[in-house]
Amino acid sequence: MSLNLEDVARIARLARIELSAAEREATRDQLNDILGFIEQLQAVDTTGIEPMAHAVDVVQRLRPDVVTETDRRADFQAVAPETEAGLYLVPRVVE
Amino acid sequence: MTRTTQWEVVIGLETHAQLQTKSKIFSGSSIAFGAEPNVQANAVDIALPGVLPVLNREAVVCAIKFGLAVGATIAPRSVFARKNYFYPDLPKGYQISQFEIPVVLGGGLHIRVGEAEKFVHLTRAHLEEDAGKSLHEDFHGRTGIDLNRAGTPLLEIVTEPEMRSSAEAVAYAKALHALVQWIGICDGNMQEGSFRCDANVSVRPMGQKEFGTRREIKNLNSFRFMQQAIDFEVQWQINEIEEGRSIQQATVLFDPDTGETRSMRSKEDAHDYRYFPDPDLLPLEITPGWIDEVKSGLPELPQAMKQRFETDYGLSSYDAATLTASREMAAYFEVVLALAGRENAKPAANWVMGDLAARLNKDGLEIAAAPLSAQQLAGIICRIADNTISNKIARDVFEALWTGDGKDADAVIEAKGWKQITDTGAIEALVDEVLAANQKSVEEYRAGKEKAFNALVGQAMKATRGKANPQQVTDLLKKKLGA
Repeated sequence: MSLNLEDVARIARLARIELSAAEREATRDQLNDILGFIEQLQAVDTTGIEPMAHAVDVVQRLRPDVVTETDRRADFQAVAPETEAGLYLVPRVVE
Repeated sequence: MTRTTQWEVVIGLETHAQLQTKSKIFSGSSIAFGAEPNVQANAVDIALPGVLPVLNREAVVCAIKFGLAVGATIAPRSVFARKNYFYPDLPKGYQISQFEIPVVLGGGLHIRVGEAEKFVHLTRAHLEEDAGKSLHEDFHGRTGIDLNRAGTPLLEIVTEPEMRSSAEAVAYAKALHALVQWIGICDGNMQEGSFRCDANVSVRPMGQKEFGTRREIKNLNSFRFMQQAIDFEVQWQINEIEEGRSIQQATVLFDPDTGETRSMRSKEDAHDYRYFPDPDLLPLEITPGWIDEVKSGLPELPQAMKQRFETDYGLSSYDAATLTASREMAAYFEVVLALAGRENAKPAANWVMGDLAARLNKDGLEIAAAPLSAQQLAGIICRIADNTISNKIARDVFEALWTGDGKDADAVIEAKGWKQITDTGAIEALVDEVLAANQKSVEEYRAGKEKAFNALVGQAMKATRGKANPQQVTDLLKKKLGA
């Protein structure tokens, strides 16, 4: 499997990354190299092996249902670009 | 020449139930409703760099409870995945959800539309986090973001496309709404958004095997809107097809003001979520021992209780279903029955579903807030059963107790002098008086007018101000008139 420039443009759009024409070509080559490695991995016969969802073979630790956090809005909003009435302000989005 | 096609409606529902935990699904922030904006949004919730999610045990317990309640398979190992999309109320740029291996698989719910019963199969239910809220009021042409809701635990419950009318969809939504409250995993508050439904709707010619193209109606937050939205959408789709146009897959919104559904502007890439397992979270393991532990803490489930009401109390399927529509109503009924005795199951059911439900409705109250206790209602039913009062007087006793005029049925009956006259001598004297005073009716009856007899019973009951036993009065009148 290999990606063309259109695939790269689409992936960049989905990730909200702006790529120049030169960057698109470089990215295409890098992604195709990565896909090449993956093709090597996929050539291994994994019949009968249960797929793993994580590289570490342990299970999720759980947290008791307790409220441990306090209000730190002032700290967080001190570093936010724009706030008002306790809200974070962003460029207008209307669906 | 036009031939009218018979259309079949196909509906599947996706419901987001907000889980009744104290803290968020992946952080220790509170999920209490109504707080000042962003005071319940910590570093994890607002996605500061370097933070890690840690799963809330109670959210998993809620999912297990639900799985058990719908007879589903609970996955011994399930996986959290990232659903990637960009929106300002989703600060990470992805929502943590479950994709390939959800925590709950299969199961289903019994629903009832009129006399018809149906079993709706569930596809799955998975755990995920809620997004924040965008406020589009004017902030100098900017949008305000409140992230208090971000990270609130949700269980998304997905049905198979098995419902065939808006009435079935509403019946399913109501049954699910009752169930999640019954097992205590969701408060069911639709105004606050704790229980929201999306409906996938399509139509196809009756008998066709393939599904038509579906449109998804988003965020239905009342049962009435659900019915209206689906009915409008179905009619719209049929019109489109009959006029030669095809349906395009789309997400639509229902506008309660116009009663119409309209397509949202959707970008071509909107549904390319690029799911992948979240490397920040390990697989969720649920052992059989944990499932057993949760099972032992579950209350009797509505379907089991309904069966018990039918077999143990001899109630009809309809009565049993109505009484088990909510856990509070079922509990109320059981207290009434414990005091009034099983032999009074049918009258007790009638009182709870009839007079009590109507009175609650009139005052806009939930059964838990009924001014008339189950003990008081049982007292009324006992006095009807032993012929102390008639059904008619019982309604007055009910009203007196409802308004706080007396502590129990016996006290009200005593204070008002409403004891039924059962003394045959006294009733006979009364009947004689009525016959003497209503010679015209007597003659009409003798001339063959059945109606005249009812008039005489009415007169006799009136003379006793309802306190005579109607059966006794009827019998005596018949005897006197030689009927």
